[in-house]
Amino acid sequence: MSFLKIKDLSVNYQMRKETVYAAKNVNIEVNKGEILGLVGESGSGKSTVGNAIINLIDEPGKVSSGSILLGELNIHEDPKNIVKYRGKKIGLIFQDPQTSLNPILTIGEQLIETIQTHLALTKEEAKERSISLLKEVGIKDAAKRFDDYPHQFSGGMRQRVVISLALCCEPELLIADEPTTALDVSIQSQILDLIKKLTKERNLAVILITHDMGVIAETANRVAVMKNGDVVEIGITKEILTNPKETYTKSLVSSVPPTNKKISRFVIIEKENNIDNKNNLKILNRWTKKKIIKQDLVQVKNLSKSFDDNFFTESSKNSVMAVNDVSFNIREGESFGLVGESGSGKSTIAKMIVNLFKPSAGEFFFDNVCVTKIKQNSEMMKFRKQIQMIFQDPYSSLNGRLKVRDIVSEPIKLHNPLISKNDLDSYVFDLLESVELAQNSADRYPHEFSGGQRQRISIARSLATQPRLLVCDEPTSALDVSIQAQILNLLKDLQEQLNLTILFISHDLPVVRQMCDRIGVLRDGKLCEVSDTEDLFLKPQHDYTKELLRLMPKIESIYN
Amino acid sequence: MLVVAFVSFSLFNFVGDPINNMVGEETSDEERYELRETLGLMDPIHVQFSRFVVNASKGEFGISYQLRRPVSELIAERLPATIELVVISALIALISGTLLGVYTGINRKSFVSDVILAVSLLGVSLPTFVIGILFIYLFAVILGILPSFGRGEVVDLGFWTTGFLSISGWKAIILPSVTLSLFQMTYIIRLVRAEMMEILQTDYIKFARARGISEESIKYKHALKNGLIPVITIAGINIGTLIAFSIITETVFQWPGMGFLFIQAVQFVDIPIMSAYLVFIAFVFVMINFIVDILYYFIDPRIRVKGDSVSG
Repeated sequence: MSFLKIKDLSVNYQMRKETVYAAKNVNIEVNKGEILGLVGESGSGKSTVGNAIINLIDEPGKVSSGSILLGELNIHEDPKNIVKYRGKKIGLIFQDPQTSLNPILTIGEQLIETIQTHLALTKEEAKERSISLLKEVGIKDAAKRFDDYPHQFSGGMRQRVVISLALCCEPELLIADEPTTALDVSIQSQILDLIKKLTKERNLAVILITHDMGVIAETANRVAVMKNGDVVEIGITKEILTNPKETYTKSLVSSVPPTNKKISRFVIIEKENNIDNKNNLKILNRWTKKKIIKQDLVQVKNLSKSFDDNFFTESSKNSVMAVNDVSFNIREGESFGLVGESGSGKSTIAKMIVNLFKPSAGEFFFDNVCVTKIKQNSEMMKFRKQIQMIFQDPYSSLNGRLKVRDIVSEPIKLHNPLISKNDLDSYVFDLLESVELAQNSADRYPHEFSGGQRQRISIARSLATQPRLLVCDEPTSALDVSIQAQILNLLKDLQEQLNLTILFISHDLPVVRQMCDRIGVLRDGKLCEVSDTEDLFLKPQHDYTKELLRLMPKIESIYN
Repeated sequence: MLVVAFVSFSLFNFVGDPINNMVGEETSDEERYELRETLGLMDPIHVQFSRFVVNASKGEFGISYQLRRPVSELIAERLPATIELVVISALIALISGTLLGVYTGINRKSFVSDVILAVSLLGVSLPTFVIGILFIYLFAVILGILPSFGRGEVVDLGFWTTGFLSISGWKAIILPSVTLSLFQMTYIIRLVRAEMMEILQTDYIKFARARGISEESIKYKHALKNGLIPVITIAGINIGTLIAFSIITETVFQWPGMGFLFIQAVQFVDIPIMSAYLVFIAFVFVMINFIVDILYYFIDPRIRVKGDSVSG
């Protein structure tokens, strides 16, 4: 007898013209002491199901049919009653620990209020209970930190506080909506271990909503795959991941970058049609293709960057060393990966290389010219032309008020003001074609495109100046796995044909393994280790690298 | 402050010859020269300016041309009236603005919210003097329940004259303070409403709901506290504006405050009063912003701890 039974649950959004189903006839059962993984890409309805269980769907969505049974209790029978079960019977954890705590109340106030809402306890008793809870979720000095505000905790600690809040009234069902997506690998594994431990100890029924197959492989007992509001497939995790029956599940599993081997391309099952005539890109005609001479294109020597917290007192005491004495070389035509957790300084290095930040110390050579010493603007322009950047967030890195045509042509005109209109147009079209976008997209605005398409526009824009070095700062971390696979394939193809040199920055080790020839591991602004990709993954030298590799969620772990 | 001081100081030098305004037609040239010497108008500009700043910091702004009395004395006499007016109307604006803002933010679709918002639109678009005159017409002329001008009976406490100690004083302050507060109130209503609507969408409100916290606590404890932070910033700036706006209101209601004094001074080109008023207003603005910054410290814990504990 399973504990949670979702029967024929449908959630719809009544729009002005049509009704959109966010979930259609979903049937899911979860047992006590079991973790059910709910996977799917963005928009698949996995969060909707989670929210529907406690009836917290944003307007104008509503549960249109179906029942949800918690044990013997039909919790949706009376919509007014659901408030009583929130927190008491069902705990919910959200994705982003930075925003899910009220910033102006101490964590103690938030805990006590929640406990007193559901349990008849005095303030003292509630406080005692909260402190023991905080200890249970692994917060040191719980009694002392009880009166701290959320911003005084780090991301991982905050997520622990969130978990303690979700569990403080001993719910029997825990819904974790992407609980570790916003966290670093090392923190992620701690939080997942915590959830696993609590599931066992408290005999919880857990629904773990995530897009990360590696996380699912390591934690979930059973998994349900969702697509467009439907549950496509449900079953034991191992079977779903190793032997998927549905095409969608197959393509989802194959898009996940494997952690244990390097593959040349990602297999894309759903869209296999448009990958022909790749070898005659039209932009090649304009491209002064550099011959690959195995020499260093980029040399970074003892680069440092410190940020001063305080504007007035420039004391070194307050300054943060974001990058500390980092040196590495990138050979022409290779992909160099920089990995590290948040705050390790990888984006700062990228910004110094594209000259958005001035380094505090050290030098940076490009093609044997010291860029950091260039003073004149006109000289600098030559380098800016050769180094282009692709940013992480495709939503904020494109100006929403410009048409795609203007976005792509702006850098062309900047570096070649005399270009004729016809020439410019055909160049823009060629660029769009090279990133597999249709010509008619030139006259549309960025908001009409999906995340993956926007990232393609970003790539087209960066190619417009015919750069030799492409700096990609987490180019796919905002994208779904299947889109990520497409973008990574595209980058690989472009690199091959245009002889691009790529500096690839990511926190995602499997992705880096697929993309890069050599990898540097960063920690707290210092470079721990630089070696060839396969060496790094097979024989890591530095302790930190070993730690990172050990903690990385591995989809292959399911085979063991 | 120095910039404002310089502007008000330059009023002295560029707006005509003060001596002409002070003395009659039949004064001889020698007498004029003597007066000029005693007033220090023959000194070089920077000497005059530094003297102005030094005197201003001591609260001395010279002698009113029109009334022939020290400006500081005049201001001290008029200050209580203005302060009382501004404080009362600021309170009205803050309290009712916040209450109405919260109401309209929470009950977004109710009819009452629509009415409040429509009326508040009137408050923004109608100029203060029109509202003032409408009020006088309605409450003083037609209904006859409130006085149309003046402060009513005033009790002198030696250093401060107050209208709060008499019924007629309270009656007299109602119309001008409400008039003055209307504009700010509508502003605050809209701000609080927008803040509440935004905050009710945030993750931590959603998480609080998911924990089963009661709706009342979510709205009035979790959301409102966060929503008030920007209100304080705006309110601080706006109290300064209230003083500036009080010029019009005081004129309409013949309120014997500083604004009224200023208008009279403008009519007679009474420059010492005008410059003193300018410096005073600038001083108030600076002080209020200073107080607001300190208030932040108490309200927003994120600012309080900056610097000493970033670890966690």
